[in-house]
Amino acid sequence: MTLLKHRLFWPAAALVTLLAVNMIANPSFARISLRDGQLYGALIDILRQSAPLMLVALGMTIVIATRGIDLSVGAIMAVSGAVALTIIDGAGDANSWGTVMLAIGIAVLVALVLGAWNGLLVSVLGIQPIIATLVLMLAGRGAALLITDGFITTVNSSPLSYIASGYLLILPFAFFVWLAAVVVVGLVERRTALGMLTEAVGINPEASRLAGVRSRGIIWTAYILSGVLAGIAGVIYAANIKAADANAAGYLIELYAILAVVLGGTSLMGGKFSIAGTVIGVLTVQALESTILFLGVPPAQSPVFFAVVVVIVVLVQSPRVHRWGRLLGSRFGSSGGDGKMPPVATPEKQKEVVR
Amino acid sequence: MDEARPLVELTDATVRFGATVALDGVDFRMFAGEVHSLMGENGAGKSTLIKAITGVLAPDAGTLTIAGDRVTFASPHDAQDAGVSTVYQEIDLLPNLSVAENVLLGREPRRLGLIAHRTMRERAAEILADLGLAIDPASPLGIHSLAIQQLVAIARAISTDVKVLVLDEPTSSLDLDEVAELFRVIRELKQRGVAILFVSHFLDQVYEICDRITVLRDGRLVGEYLTTELLRIDLVQKMLGREVSFFKARERIEAAPEEQEAFLSARGVSSAGIAGADVDIAEGEVLGIAGLLGSGRTALARALTGVDRPTSGIIRLEQRDTRFDSPRKALSLGVVYSSENRRTEGLVGEMSIVQNIALALQAQKGALRRIAPARARELALSWVEALDIRPADIDTPVRHLSGGNQQKVMLARLLAISPRLLVLDEPTRGIDVGAKVEIQNLVGEMADNGLSVVFISAELEEVLRVGDRVAILRDGRIVETAASADLDVDSLMALVARPDLPEA
Amino acid sequence: MTAVESRPDTTPGVVAKISTFTSRHASVLPTFAAVAILICLLVGAELYFGNFLTPRNMSALLLDNAYLMILAVGMTFVIVTAGIDLSVGSVMAFTGIFGASLLASGVPAWIVVPAMLVAGALIGLLIGVLVQHFDVQPFIASLAGLFLARGLAFVVSLASIRVEDTSLLWLQSTRIRLGDWYVTPTGIIAILTVVVGAVVMHKTRFGRTVYAVGGSEQSARLMGLKVARAKVMVYVISGLCGGLAGLVLTAYSGAGYPRNGIGTELDVIAAVVIGGTLLTGGRGYVLGSMIGVFVYGTIKTIISFMGAEQSWTHIIVGALLLLFIVVQRAIVARSERGS
Repeated sequence: MTLLKHRLFWPAAALVTLLAVNMIANPSFARISLRDGQLYGALIDILRQSAPLMLVALGMTIVIATRGIDLSVGAIMAVSGAVALTIIDGAGDANSWGTVMLAIGIAVLVALVLGAWNGLLVSVLGIQPIIATLVLMLAGRGAALLITDGFITTVNSSPLSYIASGYLLILPFAFFVWLAAVVVVGLVERRTALGMLTEAVGINPEASRLAGVRSRGIIWTAYILSGVLAGIAGVIYAANIKAADANAAGYLIELYAILAVVLGGTSLMGGKFSIAGTVIGVLTVQALESTILFLGVPPAQSPVFFAVVVVIVVLVQSPRVHRWGRLLGSRFGSSGGDGKMPPVATPEKQKEVVR
Repeated sequence: MDEARPLVELTDATVRFGATVALDGVDFRMFAGEVHSLMGENGAGKSTLIKAITGVLAPDAGTLTIAGDRVTFASPHDAQDAGVSTVYQEIDLLPNLSVAENVLLGREPRRLGLIAHRTMRERAAEILADLGLAIDPASPLGIHSLAIQQLVAIARAISTDVKVLVLDEPTSSLDLDEVAELFRVIRELKQRGVAILFVSHFLDQVYEICDRITVLRDGRLVGEYLTTELLRIDLVQKMLGREVSFFKARERIEAAPEEQEAFLSARGVSSAGIAGADVDIAEGEVLGIAGLLGSGRTALARALTGVDRPTSGIIRLEQRDTRFDSPRKALSLGVVYSSENRRTEGLVGEMSIVQNIALALQAQKGALRRIAPARARELALSWVEALDIRPADIDTPVRHLSGGNQQKVMLARLLAISPRLLVLDEPTRGIDVGAKVEIQNLVGEMADNGLSVVFISAELEEVLRVGDRVAILRDGRIVETAASADLDVDSLMALVARPDLPEA
Repeated sequence: MTAVESRPDTTPGVVAKISTFTSRHASVLPTFAAVAILICLLVGAELYFGNFLTPRNMSALLLDNAYLMILAVGMTFVIVTAGIDLSVGSVMAFTGIFGASLLASGVPAWIVVPAMLVAGALIGLLIGVLVQHFDVQPFIASLAGLFLARGLAFVVSLASIRVEDTSLLWLQSTRIRLGDWYVTPTGIIAILTVVVGAVVMHKTRFGRTVYAVGGSEQSARLMGLKVARAKVMVYVISGLCGGLAGLVLTAYSGAGYPRNGIGTELDVIAAVVIGGTLLTGGRGYVLGSMIGVFVYGTIKTIISFMGAEQSWTHIIVGALLLLFIVVQRAIVARSERGS
């Protein structure tokens, strides 16, 4: 019963169900093989491929917790990929770790500046987040195209290939990148008071102001974090395709990221956020994507499935559907004496209505 | 005037919101061609009563009769069709559309299915001219002053066949000339036989324009009176009521306040709602603030604590000039404010008692220096015990707490940063008697320990009991400051209620 | 703004007339700014290149941006209600490829064209119902629409489908000439859409309700206006415009292509905002959006004249968007303080 009430229960259940259906439909889905001390298989692929989305969704989680949204993450990815690959391309030795690390450093720095720009518009100028980040969403890709001179810059660099498909110990390196980001962000948010103050600002901005919370700084931090993480995601994406493609990099990723955050149980209305939930959400999105591929559906058609998922998720969260659910529940409760409805749930829900 | 049959008659109306009874068996009536006032403090049930008449909410019990017909309104639209129109305080018009559209939208003249803008402007101009309003009907509403917007709202209301016009706080943002203009219109409508419900917290205006007054208190009817037969002081007494108290009288500071160094002294502080306020608060002193709703008591509190930036005036803290440009700055200097709106400006509802109590302290330490969870729990537990907060489970989200306990959580949050001056805005509103007395006693104890307190309340007894001195506010000004010992409830009430002399 | 006197004021004069005009039309000012920017761009380009303001070039400006103009009309309706529709680019791609594939399988054009429009309108209806009846944020609901339409476009076909149908191609190939100026039926469709949109917004009760919803939904409801219907309808209209734009783009390019219109929603939103429509709703003009599209198209043409990277278009449009948003924010902040 307490397990059922845990906020991560339903997101986790959805993920497990999705994986289970896959394994039943196609047992090879679950197969993990060890070759040369490295693990391979569909599940491992999900861990590897989810890196860009995971990083972006992580930043999006914090931004959404402040009652904001960051539409520019895809554009920031394009810019950072373009910056990194242009530098590597221009440098003498594309295979030098030093060059690659420097290029990545500069790319992430650029992404940080772009995130700070978003934060400035939202927290200082007070522009609605959707609108403020729309500017960069529009102009960012243009800038990325300029950096690459309008071409798709392709680079063959062994450090980049390692980032994309290399292994650390027995698992893909990209997995460790997102794991590290999750751990760092989790620690920073939860081991400092940043997470708690972020939630306070998201739940009740005015009360937070009166309590002396520096909400401007907190909101700004969220957008900077989102920018930095999108920057790293951009580098990984570029490494994956060995190219900086300003049009394709991070295309629609903001939408997938928002979907993942919502699937993980963080409300779009801001406030309480769950990093673990977002991790589950991203893995669910990625597993769904893999499932669609597994079913032999062309990847281009997968948005249809995601549209259905988005509609289901928003309907489940919609107040009207909640009312229907309660009506149905009370009808069953009175006529059939169905024991599934815990009696405690009723007063709690009434409170919600009053509120 | 048909004295025998009221135009509007609400009988035995009861409205509940969950466990709280907002309106408890109230009778209310209005006659054609009269201006009727509804009086009461916050939470008396005024707005609930208005909503019941205007179709915004349906009473749980009771009957409503309009011109002899029993009616039930499912929506404000139904009420309008029955001739009941409302002009709300925050004007419910569309600032982005033209004046003419605001008057006629929904009933606009059309030709071949398309709106005839010219005809509409002409018709609107006629209606506006009826009200003595010569503004360009094609201009967007938003560019006009609030007074004119208010009159446009009235124009919309009377452009239909209006029998009853409800004006909810219509004068709260108008200056004297504009009020006069509005009153001229009200008198004209009265001549036409319209029943007007005039709700305002300005006693002068009520006495100037109204024929009859209904007083509500705590959701119950106190009575209905003819304005000419009800003394102002009696009205205030009926609005505020009296109650028995279990308050522990605390030992007053022996030294007269003048001999002490003021901890905070403010001179000529003005902001929206308060003008030229002078305040001195000594260490360990409780300054009570008495005044009716809208007298500027909240505006004063917010101006003193950096919540609203004062437009003029100086604030000195221990003889040093200080500028509170944000609540954060004020908090860092030990000046803290507890809002009257616990839900919207106080608590972070989804968060636990621990987090709410630790919030201000954490904000002061900064985001990076987290209060260790064990420390925060210890802190919260000690306050839960000290203030007897229930439930004692400190992980409960505060929105599940009762009003009194929520107030205590707010107090704990502010006390946790060891403040020097605590400004409490209606800390006892909407909480039960037991919790009320606890909070009153607590304020006394804190003052004994050297904390300065500004205590705002709508209840005069409470202000007198808790405050060492009382500042009396009327119409946005401090009209007098006196020691509590020199006042009793009656003399305080007279000060609160006395009208200003007409200004030159 | 000075408070207008409530007493009769009898001093008509030039000054009074000017002040009447500016007070009546304060909300048109951003659109005037867009007109001024357009004129500056055109004059500047002519001075710089010498051969910019040619009838040929100007005619092409309309034709090349006809689909954008149609989408902008629908988007204006949505944004004036303080909503947003991210699905338009995908809806255009979907209806385009849908129509092309129907034509390719031999369905006559008189069935295909209405089918395309209905398909667009249906996606709009889905978004509208989610927004109005299930309290979904417009941004999220139209995002679902975007995913759906884009996915469906690829379900219809993964590659582009050529259109052989003569009646559809006629829309683009016919050139009605007036000297060196010319216009194609697609251009006429775009202009007609703007005209119909402007009339509906300005002269019908529905149109005024759209503005009312954007001004204050609560007030509009209290006034007894049909708020729910209007809020659903704006998305249906936007979807319908998406279908129409799909038709025009298919005729223009002679093929349906499932990758059409990626990112077009942003261009459309930018054009609408530059044309003077407030993203917070309540203010805006269909004609302004048309100007916004022309500004966008002119920037694009200038950049191709200069032989510079087309990506500059997005950067410049983004900068213009930012400028307009900041100015709008300042205006809103001032009016909030004024009241």
